[in-house]
Amino acid sequence: MSTEAPTRPTEPIQTQLERVTIRFAGDSGDGMQLTGSQFTRTAAAFGNDISTYPDFPAEIRAPAGSLPGVSGFQLSFSSTEIHTPGDEPDVLVAMNPAALKANLGELPAGGALIVNEDAFTAQNLQKVGYASNPLNDGSLKQWNVFNVPISTLNTRALEGLGLTNKQVDLTKNFFALGLMFWLYERDRAGTIAWIDDKFSKRPEIAEGNKRALNAGYNFGETTEIFHERYIVPPAKLAPGHYRNITGNEATALGFVAASKLAGRDLFYGSYPITPASDILHQLAGYKNFGVKTFQAEDEIAAIGAAIGASYGGAMGMTASSGPGIALKSEALGLAVMVELPLVLVDVQRSGPSTGMPTKTEQADLLQVLFGRNSDSPVAVVAPATPGECFQFSIEAWRLALKYMTPVVYMSDAFLATGAEPWRIPSVDDMPSIAVPNRTEREGFYPYLRDETTLARPWAVPGTPGLEHRIGGLEKADILGNVSYDPENHHRMQMLRQAKIAAIAADIPPLEVYGPSEGDLLVLGWGSTYGAIRSAVERLQGRGASIAHAQLRYLNPFPANTGEVVAAYKRVLIPEVNLGQLSLLIRARYLVDAIGYNRVRGKPFRIAELEAEAERILATLGATVR
Amino acid sequence: MTETTNDAPPAGNGAPPAGNAAGAAAATAELPVLTRKDFVSDQEVRWCPGCGDYSILAQTQKVMPDFGYPKENIVFISGIGCSGRLPYYMNTYGFHTIHGRAPAIATGLKAARPDLMVWVITGDGDALSIGGNHLIHALRRNVDVRIIMFNNRIYGLTKGQASPTSELGKVTKSSPYGTIDFPVSPLAIALAAEASFIARSVDTHTDHLQRTLEAAGTHKGSTFVEVLQNCNIFNDGAFRDFTDREVREDRMLMLEHGQPMIFGKERNQGIRLNGHQPEVVTIGEGGVTEPDLLVHDETDPLIAFMLAHLWWPDFPVPVGVVRNISRPTHDQMITDQIAQATATRGGGDLRKLLNSGETWTVE
Repeated sequence: MSTEAPTRPTEPIQTQLERVTIRFAGDSGDGMQLTGSQFTRTAAAFGNDISTYPDFPAEIRAPAGSLPGVSGFQLSFSSTEIHTPGDEPDVLVAMNPAALKANLGELPAGGALIVNEDAFTAQNLQKVGYASNPLNDGSLKQWNVFNVPISTLNTRALEGLGLTNKQVDLTKNFFALGLMFWLYERDRAGTIAWIDDKFSKRPEIAEGNKRALNAGYNFGETTEIFHERYIVPPAKLAPGHYRNITGNEATALGFVAASKLAGRDLFYGSYPITPASDILHQLAGYKNFGVKTFQAEDEIAAIGAAIGASYGGAMGMTASSGPGIALKSEALGLAVMVELPLVLVDVQRSGPSTGMPTKTEQADLLQVLFGRNSDSPVAVVAPATPGECFQFSIEAWRLALKYMTPVVYMSDAFLATGAEPWRIPSVDDMPSIAVPNRTEREGFYPYLRDETTLARPWAVPGTPGLEHRIGGLEKADILGNVSYDPENHHRMQMLRQAKIAAIAADIPPLEVYGPSEGDLLVLGWGSTYGAIRSAVERLQGRGASIAHAQLRYLNPFPANTGEVVAAYKRVLIPEVNLGQLSLLIRARYLVDAIGYNRVRGKPFRIAELEAEAERILATLGATVR
Repeated sequence: MTETTNDAPPAGNGAPPAGNAAGAAAATAELPVLTRKDFVSDQEVRWCPGCGDYSILAQTQKVMPDFGYPKENIVFISGIGCSGRLPYYMNTYGFHTIHGRAPAIATGLKAARPDLMVWVITGDGDALSIGGNHLIHALRRNVDVRIIMFNNRIYGLTKGQASPTSELGKVTKSSPYGTIDFPVSPLAIALAAEASFIARSVDTHTDHLQRTLEAAGTHKGSTFVEVLQNCNIFNDGAFRDFTDREVREDRMLMLEHGQPMIFGKERNQGIRLNGHQPEVVTIGEGGVTEPDLLVHDETDPLIAFMLAHLWWPDFPVPVGVVRNISRPTHDQMITDQIAQATATRGGGDLRKLLNSGETWTVE
């Protein structure tokens, strides 16, 4: 086609849609994550409900144009409340043949396909095994294809700026973004302000990116390729002040808030690991909040330093992903033994071993519960949505400080990198966190427990008269001296267990969405929340007797968990692992729970959970409309 | 229980040794003068009779009153091994942690609490084998902790396996045909890691050990002291060839900053550089005079590296302060960055932070 954009003689038709799902796909160096997150913030600021799914390779720059180098960002934006980034895209933006090949299978027939036709060179086609160019061999007939010479148009738009060819090429994602802004009638101002800020020291790059953005927008405006523009009106979200937030961002903010609410400095020891590193990056910028970050020499030192900080009276914490959690296990056991407050974040990823570092999974549950020598109980919490990460960061610290215990906070790659609109909570409404700090000499014993919480006193160095010794050796009850007494060891093991179990009385009951009894309960934990909720909503809409419950506390379970799972004829537990919560629920409550387990490094699709629930309902003879 | 905060005044980081603890010094004015007995805990000491650890414990308790810290501001952190029990015997705060990790735990404690005086007690297996990484990084970061490594060249608590400092060919339970692993030099590792204070002493040389611990205690920054320690059960006499009373003067080199390297009962032997190579010479023989000898300089890394590799019988074994330099401590730099960030950006405002970035209101 001609690269000249003809002037549009007729206005495009305006169509209103409830929800749109877009997937941007390109080389991992093409800036697809940036493009996706810019569209996301624009949609969020417009008032849509949003949900995102960044999906990128572990390779920073895989060979250009290759399949392993394809990076994708899917986002769903809607005028109604949504819980997931969408099962499949309505629109696929493919910046090269590799991106097309890697993603086409998930674009439903009739879906819109916007491609950068300039990238469909013989060489690029050959790299991914296309014998002929799919753009003109008729193989894309079932989709609605828009060929756009993005590179050529973009290069022309940036002429005269004095940028190198490479620099010009790097801006073409903004052309694609501009085009999508036009297509969905979005304001460019937010992105332009972002570009100006980001490249404030390199005005020529800022100008290049802005020109690219505007050129893409104007291309939509002036050509007749697109006959329709789409409006997705704002969603009716609960009144309040909002921002767009990812799980990792909310997690970091929550820890800063917890530190403020407890009046103690946060010490964050961490070793770089995907997908947890962003929490370190973010916290490292909060020094004026008194946050001390420490990039340790290894995972063990990261948790070791955190334990040392907690021993000194700070809020010591650490984060990692599965392989790093394994390395921290022994030190976590020490924290259990010495009963110091500690929060350990596990941003789970696909395993075992190095697995698929950038892909999601929720298969560390049994590791954090049981992956230490001996009986070594810790509390475990698991937020279900990016926004919830904030409140659970605070909740983790509330429990750690009140019960003098390590608390494991379970996130995962999908939760950590996915985004949603977040109603910013009022700081005034956040209750302060009580910090037990022993200073009285009279009656002090290192292991004399609080009668209600069973917590031992926190007597930190520097407190006169309370000099004492703790350590990994078994302690005599109350006195805290080293003890090999057989009955004492049994008593201490029971006490450690009882302390964690007692937390059940201090956490909210398991909430059920839907009928309080009936045919089927779908029980989940962590980031599966959105897909489960959506599937259950659909089936409820189709008349099924089905309910959803999402466990946010995995140790101990909420006190009513047994009653909830017993109130339905069947319990379905979908997990992105091979059945870890299922194992626990079956063992603990003697319920014949049915697992739905798929480990593909991706979040569940709504449709597959709906189908599985429907299948189980059918075995009960229940009819679904 | 009472609610308090941990806002103890920070210690005088970076100040010369005399100003070791501004906060502590003020506190001592109100406290009775402490003696060795104040640092003895009520726990029964359970090392084997005749163990070199008793002497190290006694000297440690003895020097503790000298630093001007109230005892509640002193913390002993240990790893696993016979040395790991020492904190139980000190009437200070103490934390017996896990194998090899004491430097990491001490790093976090000191970062959180710059006002504390932190000691790490470790052994050759704990520090150089399982915990080698943490040792290196605590030293290179100049974490203001005093790491005292008991080197007995054997695994004692696990009943006699070879350690990273065991000599090549050593027959132990785990090496019945002799070890095939070359030993490491603890001092060379500390040097490579850029510890700002490095010294060596001997368990039975109580005066020297006391002086060395005192010097270690007044240093600001990462402090590494190797104490040659006899395990009379599993490696008895490991250092006897040069540490015994009758031979020590002829076979050990007492380092003194700014002084020529002289040793021997007659004080007539010394170390001279021949090109880059050290050699033992006798004053008065072959025209050698005292000015020909190498003068010890605690700030010179080349001298320190050379000293780290002198060992009996080729050379006298050096003891004393090998290196002593001043550089900013880890906790001081943390504190400075926080102060700087607070000065330029103001104290953290949570409301502003939560509302930062692009926000919008839904009515």
